[in-house]
Amino acid sequence: MSKFKRKGKGGTPAISTASLPDIVFMLLFFFMVTTTMREVDLKVKNTKPNATEIQKLERKSLVSYIYVGAPKDRLATQFGTEPRIQLNDAFAKLTDISQWVETEREARMEAERPLLTISIKADKKVKMGLISDLKQELRKAQALKINYSATPGEIFGGKKK
Amino acid sequence: MARRDAPEINAGSMADIAFLLLIFFLVTTTMDVDKGISRKLPPIQENIVDPPPPIRQKNLFTVLVNSNDDILVSYGRTGAGTENREERYVQATEIRDLAKVFISNFGKDPFSSDNPQKAVISLQNDRGTSYEMFIAIQNELTAAFNELREEEAMDKHGKKMDELTLDQAEKIKDMYPQKISEAEPVNLGG
Repeated sequence: MSKFKRKGKGGTPAISTASLPDIVFMLLFFFMVTTTMREVDLKVKNTKPNATEIQKLERKSLVSYIYVGAPKDRLATQFGTEPRIQLNDAFAKLTDISQWVETEREARMEAERPLLTISIKADKKVKMGLISDLKQELRKAQALKINYSATPGEIFGGKKK
Repeated sequence: MARRDAPEINAGSMADIAFLLLIFFLVTTTMDVDKGISRKLPPIQENIVDPPPPIRQKNLFTVLVNSNDDILVSYGRTGAGTENREERYVQATEIRDLAKVFISNFGKDPFSSDNPQKAVISLQNDRGTSYEMFIAIQNELTAAFNELREEEAMDKHGKKMDELTLDQAEKIKDMYPQKISEAEPVNLGG
């Protein structure tokens, strides 16, 4: 009879997984804090052009978004393939813009209304005609602070054009 | 009476629950950082009482883009009309250096801009120009200004722009005001 019983077979001891939930929770909180829920259901194709001289938009609460692009493939049968403007969750006409700007303004506090920035998120394939019409509408609506949304990167993705 | 210990709750499935939540957030959220080129649109003038004074041709750097995304840059020359201006077809990547030379001329070349305050860059695009090209050109023009400001900051204070105090940065920005005019588009065709 041995006094000391040999423990197991002397293999590697099992790694404690007790701290695994902690690690996962850490990741979870990181993602919860850094990400934002997409508020709108994107109906247009939206590959933003690349640019290097970009600034971050401060104060997200003061930014409203206009999406421009060709309707997504699943909507192409219904809405065609010509680039269109999307405000909130629906396609809109150019004439709707001033009304929309007014609603967006109303939703902000009075003191912050002049700081409202319109972020134009346009697909890179869109022609400037539509963008110019859009800019003209924004000028009419007195929404003069705009931002051309772009992804960081070399222009034309580094390719020569 | 023997006190019974509360049974220990098995925490083994905690990780699974956390993973489930994690995956949910990973899928539903998008890392949508908003970055872009900021611009200010000019207000609409209903009836112009007194038209702005004309800009001298030498202080004007024009970038024309047609619907094929070809770029024509014209600058320099003092003549009254446009006939004496230097006109060149360029690539988008060449604009930055051309604009820098033009803005920071300080009257050295009598046919180029007097000083950065007077230098105006005019961007005229066609209705058929692609948005990508427009942003590329906007980007290059902004880059020209930013580089000039950086150089000035290095010269004057030996620091980068974002290391300067607000006051110093403001002064340098005033030295090189970003005067980019976006003309209303025309049908240049092509």
